[in-house]
Amino acid sequence: MATATHLLTPEESTADPQQEAVVVRFAGDSGDGMQLTGGQFTLSTALAGNDLATFPDFPAEIRAPQGTTFGVSAFQINFGSTAIETAGDQPDVLIAMNPAALKVNVGALREGGLIIADEGEFSQRNLAKAGYDANPLEDESLAKWQLVKFNISQLTMDAVKPFGLGNKEALRCKNMWTLGLALWMFDRSREPIVDWLKTKFAKAPQLAEANIAALNAGHAYGETVEMGAAVKPRHIAAAPAEPGLYRTVTGAEALGLGLVAGAQLAHLPMFFGSYPITPASPLLHHLSRLKEYDITTFQAEDEIAAICAALGASYAGSLGVTSSSGPGIALKTEAIGLAVMTELPLVIVNSQRGGPSTGLPTKTEQSDLYQAVYGRNGDAPLPVIAARSPSDAFDCAIEACRIATRYMTPVMLLTDGYIANAAEPWRVPDMSVYQPFPVTFANGDAPRAHDGKLLPYARDERLARPWIKPGTPGLTHRIGGIEKNPGTGDLDYSPDAHAEMTRLRHQKVLGVAGDISAQDVCLGEPGAALAVVGWGSTFGPIHQAVRRMRARGADVAHVHIRHIWPLPANLGELLHGFGRVIVPEMNAGQLKTVLRDQYLVDARSLTKVSGQPFRIAEIEQAIVEALDGNAPGNLRADTTQLPEGDSGHDDGSIAREGRAR
Amino acid sequence: MNELTQIEKTTAKDWATDQEVRWCPGCGDYAVLKAVQRTMPDLGVAREKTVFVSGIGCSSRFPYYMETYGFHTIHGRAPAVATGIKLANPELDVWIITGDGDALSIGGNHTMHVLRRNLDCQILLFNNEIYGLTKGQYSPTSRPGTRSPSTPFGSVDRPARPCAFALGSGARFVARGIDVNKNLPDVLKAAHAHRGAAFVEIFQNCVVYNDDVFAPFTAREVASEMQLWLKPGEPLLFANGAKGIALDHDTLSLRVVAGDDPAVLVHDPKNRMLAHLLIEMPGQGFPVALGVLYDDPAPTFEAAVLEQNHTVAAGKQPDLQALVSKGQSWMVDKEPRAE
Repeated sequence: MATATHLLTPEESTADPQQEAVVVRFAGDSGDGMQLTGGQFTLSTALAGNDLATFPDFPAEIRAPQGTTFGVSAFQINFGSTAIETAGDQPDVLIAMNPAALKVNVGALREGGLIIADEGEFSQRNLAKAGYDANPLEDESLAKWQLVKFNISQLTMDAVKPFGLGNKEALRCKNMWTLGLALWMFDRSREPIVDWLKTKFAKAPQLAEANIAALNAGHAYGETVEMGAAVKPRHIAAAPAEPGLYRTVTGAEALGLGLVAGAQLAHLPMFFGSYPITPASPLLHHLSRLKEYDITTFQAEDEIAAICAALGASYAGSLGVTSSSGPGIALKTEAIGLAVMTELPLVIVNSQRGGPSTGLPTKTEQSDLYQAVYGRNGDAPLPVIAARSPSDAFDCAIEACRIATRYMTPVMLLTDGYIANAAEPWRVPDMSVYQPFPVTFANGDAPRAHDGKLLPYARDERLARPWIKPGTPGLTHRIGGIEKNPGTGDLDYSPDAHAEMTRLRHQKVLGVAGDISAQDVCLGEPGAALAVVGWGSTFGPIHQAVRRMRARGADVAHVHIRHIWPLPANLGELLHGFGRVIVPEMNAGQLKTVLRDQYLVDARSLTKVSGQPFRIAEIEQAIVEALDGNAPGNLRADTTQLPEGDSGHDDGSIAREGRAR
Repeated sequence: MNELTQIEKTTAKDWATDQEVRWCPGCGDYAVLKAVQRTMPDLGVAREKTVFVSGIGCSSRFPYYMETYGFHTIHGRAPAVATGIKLANPELDVWIITGDGDALSIGGNHTMHVLRRNLDCQILLFNNEIYGLTKGQYSPTSRPGTRSPSTPFGSVDRPARPCAFALGSGARFVARGIDVNKNLPDVLKAAHAHRGAAFVEIFQNCVVYNDDVFAPFTAREVASEMQLWLKPGEPLLFANGAKGIALDHDTLSLRVVAGDDPAVLVHDPKNRMLAHLLIEMPGQGFPVALGVLYDDPAPTFEAAVLEQNHTVAAGKQPDLQALVSKGQSWMVDKEPRAE
C-alpha cells in the first residue's frame, strides 16, 4: 500500500472485489507453519506485481495443545490488481489444515467462498479436540460455502517418500504442499520459494529436496486433478504502481532500516538498547545483524537498563535508541523524564499492543497515545510521531532521528503490532534524495558566559542546547535530573530557574511544529462536509472507506496525522473548516480528546477496542451516519475477523511458529 | 606510557569544582571526596576523559564536586547509564558512585548485571547502612533491629552483604575501605588499575542517622584488633601481628590463630574461595577484612562487544542503498493500465 498512485474509477471501486482482489486465509495448528506459508505466498504475490496487505495472527501461548482451537494460527493476505490498504474484510478462500482451524475461521468466510480442507486431519480425535460432534466435511453444515477436501497429509507423505524422512518430518512438509496448491490457484511462480528453501536448508539438502518435492506435488495436484469449478487457476493482474524497484517489507524491517538511515544521515553511530517484548523484539533482531553500519545493540537486563544505556550512549555521542511496547515504555518512563531534563537526543520506539498491563500481547491496539504525549511526571513534553503503515515507518524513523538530534530531545515513535508484523510492497527509496542532517558536537566554540564559565544549557535558535561529548578537553561539566540554572546547568531550585526551564523545555518542543510539513488532506478536499481524521495503522481502512464513499459521491475527506505532538501548525484551522470531524481509533478516544483540547473542535470518536483492526465497511457505515448527523460510537468485537475470538488465551509469553520461523 | 607523560600534571585541587559541597557537617562523604580528589592526579588519566556517574542518594551528589564529566542520573540506574557511556566510548574512564539503597535496593538488578558483564569501571558503594537523603529509614544493609522512622520497633529483615553480593554476581575485583582511613587512596588505585568492573565497598559513617554504626571495628582504640588489612603475598595478620587467620580444614572455615602459627594463610587475591571466606568472616572474635579481597581480571564487556562488532563488520562495506534494496525485489517499469 501507499505505493499505488493510480486512482480508482468509480466502476473499479464498486466492482465485485473478487475481480480486483482476493483475500486468502491460511489457518492451521500453530505447529503447521501457517505464518511461514503465508509469508512465502506473500513474497511470490509481491513478485507477481500485485499490491497486497497481510495480517499475520498467531496465538500468544508458548504452544497450545495440538489440534485445539487455542492453538490455531492464521495468516490472511489481501492481494489484487488495485491499491490494497487493508488485510481485507472477509476472506474469499480459507485453507484449513485441521478441524480447529476450520471451526475458528469458517465464520469469517464470505458466503459462497471456498474452503480447502485437509481431510486427513479430520479424525475422530481431532474433531473432538476442536469440539465438533460430527465431521463438518461430511454433513451439510458447510453448505453455504464451496468445499473442496482432500487428504493433504497423505498426499504430502507420498510426495516426500523418496527422501526417507520419518513420519513426523514428512508431515512437516504439508505446509509446502499447500503452498504449492495455492501458487497454482493464483498463477504464481514457484521459483522464489524453491530458491528460498535451498538457502534455508543449505545444511540439510535432503530437507530442502523434500520440501521442494512437496511444493511441486501440491502444484501438480492442482494441474492434474479435476477439482470442480470452485478450484481453478485465476490470474490476478499486476497492480498499477509508480515505476521503480520494489520489495516487500514489514513494519519492523522498515523501521529498522529507517533508524539505520537516520543515524547515517546524522553521521552518528547508533546505540540500540532493548529488552525482549512482544511485538517489539523483531526490531532488536534486525538491528543486531547490521554491525557494519556502526550499530551497537545491547540486550539489557530490563526495560529500564535498556533506555538508561541508550541515554548514556547519547550522552557519550552516539544516537541512543530504545524500543519496547506499552508495558516496557511504562517502565522506561522515569528515564524518559531524565532525557527530557538533560536534553539529550533519544529515539523511543513503542510498538503498541492491547493494554492495560499485559493486556493483549500479540494483538494490536493504538492505545498508548496518552502515554506518549502525557505519560510522565512533571511537565515533560516531547515530540511524538506515528507511522501509518509498514513502509511509512521508514520515513517516520528518519524523521524521529532528525528531530531528536536537531532539538536535543527524546522523541517517541509510535507503531503497533499490526504494522510491525504486516508486510506490503515497498518502493525502494533512493537514498541520495534524503538530505543529511549531520550533528555538530560542541568544541572550542562552546557557549560561555562573560566570565568564561561554560554554558551547557545555552540555547541555539531552535532552543536546543549544545551537545557536548565527554572526552572533549576544556568542556568538563555536570548534568543530571535535578532542576538547573538556565545557562550554566548548575543545580538551581530557585522559582525563577524552574519557571524559566519549564518554559524553555515547552517552547523548544512546540517549536518543532515549525519544522515539519503542514498537515495535508490525503483524500478529498479541505472544507468537506465530513473529515475522517486518523493516525497510525488505521490509515488503510480509513483511506479505503473514504475512497469508496467519495466514489459514491459523498463529500468526505481523509486527514491522517503523523505528528501527534506537537501537532502541525495548520491543523486547527484545517479541522475547523470541515462540517464535521470523526476520529476512528483503536482505543477509547485518545486522539479525539487531544484534538478537542487543542482546538475546541467538536471531534467525535469511532472506537474499536477488540484487538482487531477496523473493517472498511465499519468506517463506511460511520461515514454514512456522520453525514446524516449522527455521532459514531463504539464498535463491538467482530467474530468473523482476525484475530479470532476464541484462539489464543494470553499469558503474556511470546508466541512463535514452531517450525522454520 | 606515552599517554601518561602527555597528561597535564594536576593536584587534588584541579579535580574539585566551584560548587559548594553540601553534605551534613561531619559526613563521611567529605573524607571519601577528598580521598578521590587526592587519588586522581596519580592515575594518569585526563580530567576530560573521566566520567563520574551516580544514581540518587547522599553519595550521588558526588559528581557535582568533581571537575570531570559527570552525570547525576536516576535512582539505582547509574550502572545502566555507565554501560551505555562505556560502550559508546570505551576510552572514557568511568566511575560509578552509589550507596547501599541505590546499588542494592532499587538498583540491585543493574549492580548484578554490570558486575557479571564485567564492564570496565570503578564502582564505589558508600555503605552507611541507612537512607540518609530521605531522612533515616533503614536500608538493605541495616542490621536486624535497626530502629528508624519506618521501623520504629526495629527492622526484622536480614541485611545484604555488599561484597558477598558482588562476588556472587561474578565480580572480578572486590575491595573494602573506610571513609576516613588513610589506606583508601591505595584501595582506589588498585580498583582503577584493575581492568573490568572493580567493586569497592566503602564503610561510610552517617553522622546524623546512623552515627558510629561501624565504630566496633573503625574506632581508633579497636582498629588494630578488628581490622585485617590484606596485602597480596603477605600473611593474614592483625592485632599488630599477634594474631593471624588460618583455614580450619575440617569445617572449611576460617579460624583465628597466633601470629606465629605456621598455618597462617598468605593472601592471594586471585583465590576466589579465600575471598568468599574473608568476606563472610563471622564477626565475633574475627576482624573485618579490608583492602583488596579479590582481584582476578577477565575480559571486559565493552572489549568483547567491540571485538564482535569489528569482526562481524570486517570486510563488509556499509551501503545504505544496497541495504534498503535487499531481499527479493522486482521492477515496475510503467503503469500496467497505461498499456
